[in-house]
Amino acid sequence: MSEQPVIEARGLDLTFETNDGPVQALRDINLSVAKGDFVSFIGPSGCGKTTFLRVVADLEQPTAGTITVNGMTPEAARKARAYGYVFQAAGLYPWRTIGGNIRLPLEIMGYSRDEQRRRVAEVLDLVELTGFEKKFPWQLSGGMQQRASIARALAFDADILLMDEPFGALDEIVRDRLNEELLRLWAATSKTIGFVTHSIPEAVYLSTRIVVMSPRPGRITDVIESPLPRERPLEIRDTKEFIEVAHRVREGLREGMSDAV
Amino acid sequence: MRRSAIPVLTVVAVIFSLWYIACVPMNGQWTRDQAQRAGEELSFPTLVADTMSQDRPRLPAPHQVAVELWNSTVVEEATGRRGLWNTGSLSNRSLIYHGWVTLSATLLGFAFGTGMGILLAIGIVHNRAMDQSVMPWAIASQTIPILAIAPMIIVVFNAVGITGIIPKAIISAYLSFFPVVVGMVKGLRAPEVMQLDLMKTYSATRAEVFAKLRWPSSMPYLFASLKVGIAASIVGAIVGELPTGAVAGLGARLLSGSYYGQTIQIWSALFAAAILAASLVGLIGLIQRITLKRMGMAQ
Repeated sequence: MSEQPVIEARGLDLTFETNDGPVQALRDINLSVAKGDFVSFIGPSGCGKTTFLRVVADLEQPTAGTITVNGMTPEAARKARAYGYVFQAAGLYPWRTIGGNIRLPLEIMGYSRDEQRRRVAEVLDLVELTGFEKKFPWQLSGGMQQRASIARALAFDADILLMDEPFGALDEIVRDRLNEELLRLWAATSKTIGFVTHSIPEAVYLSTRIVVMSPRPGRITDVIESPLPRERPLEIRDTKEFIEVAHRVREGLREGMSDAV
Repeated sequence: MRRSAIPVLTVVAVIFSLWYIACVPMNGQWTRDQAQRAGEELSFPTLVADTMSQDRPRLPAPHQVAVELWNSTVVEEATGRRGLWNTGSLSNRSLIYHGWVTLSATLLGFAFGTGMGILLAIGIVHNRAMDQSVMPWAIASQTIPILAIAPMIIVVFNAVGITGIIPKAIISAYLSFFPVVVGMVKGLRAPEVMQLDLMKTYSATRAEVFAKLRWPSSMPYLFASLKVGIAASIVGAIVGELPTGAVAGLGARLLSGSYYGQTIQIWSALFAAAILAASLVGLIGLIQRITLKRMGMAQ
């Protein structure tokens, strides 16, 4: 882990100009994410966790401070196709089949037809959707659609995966299953993952590091290195270590709330 | 199909009965005047029968219009001296001929109007200056009565030697581009912020965003606009035929019918126009269903 960090933010500020005056979405964010990390951002709504992810993805511009992604500016990283982004909703195009949706980034990035076919088959297998290539999104359940959207983000070779509450709209049973799958995927692909959530168990179960944030202004209150092993069966959630980490996250969240009020 | 047939037929039956009933007071005065002049006593059944078989009624009965439609299409072409059967070309007395004249101007104008509407919408969505400036003009263009501007278009084009189908198609396009602009601006802006952000994460160019996201998203809006647009196109083509001195087309039939008090001719031309419009709208509906089904977007 002596390589340069994949994501490095120094003194990052972001202020939105709204009709009600400026709103400070991020204040003095300092964070560095190493290659292969699974970093969760957790906090109440308005704490800037999504905004930070969007800054990394060059979808928002910081007002002060510096940020590098793979050693480049976020814009250069976006143009170099350094990351895949998974949004809260699957956002599949209804007029494209599942295969067609996964092919979308590949078409834009100019992969050959054969390469497109190969990669679509590969990522469909990775998210366990083989056989659904020719189905339209409305023929799939919400969980399957979200898996297809993850496959879409994996289809091209980005080594960073940014996920903005990807399982927020799903029920807990489906969510558990997708969490397990995501860990398996992460182990299989050795990608660096940035994951926004507001579920404490989800954050603790998935992450190697948990970034606890608090709102008004959005800032980091705690960064927790998880003592849990990389290999994590669902039962790990009943262990003492897991409960301790979850407790620390909860404390961090409570602290952030109390100085905001 | 059968479920929708009964209500539709019921409404049609009600309209036809009201129409027949209306014929009696509308045309009765003329029958009574004739009877009085001849010094005859007029019984009610005779009065009713006469109101539905006059040569120049104020309101022709439905069967008179139907017979006229049949005679001026099939019968005229099959047996007329200038009909298709005897001469090999359409008779200038037949509604098929006049309908075709109007249809060709309609289709040309519709194609032109739709193309212009789509181009303007693309400009409005992609260019801030056009976004600010074009819409007010498009709206203003539709507030000018078409009846006022149509003769001027015909005259101006005539002066530079362009006659026939082009000026009519331009009037037709003038009416049909507007619904397409309004619908397509809405349609091309239909993609959600998230879908546009997704395209940005792929560093897609504007052309790619257009081709892969905005254009497919706008399809339902496009078809809705086309249906309004084609109906407006027919109105435009018919209005364009009025000031040309009633040479050819359904508009010419309407005008000459009114010159000579041929109400039956007017009504049959009206019905021909309505049938034409309904078939075109139906055709677009069919294309819509096929397209959206192939896109997996059928409701």
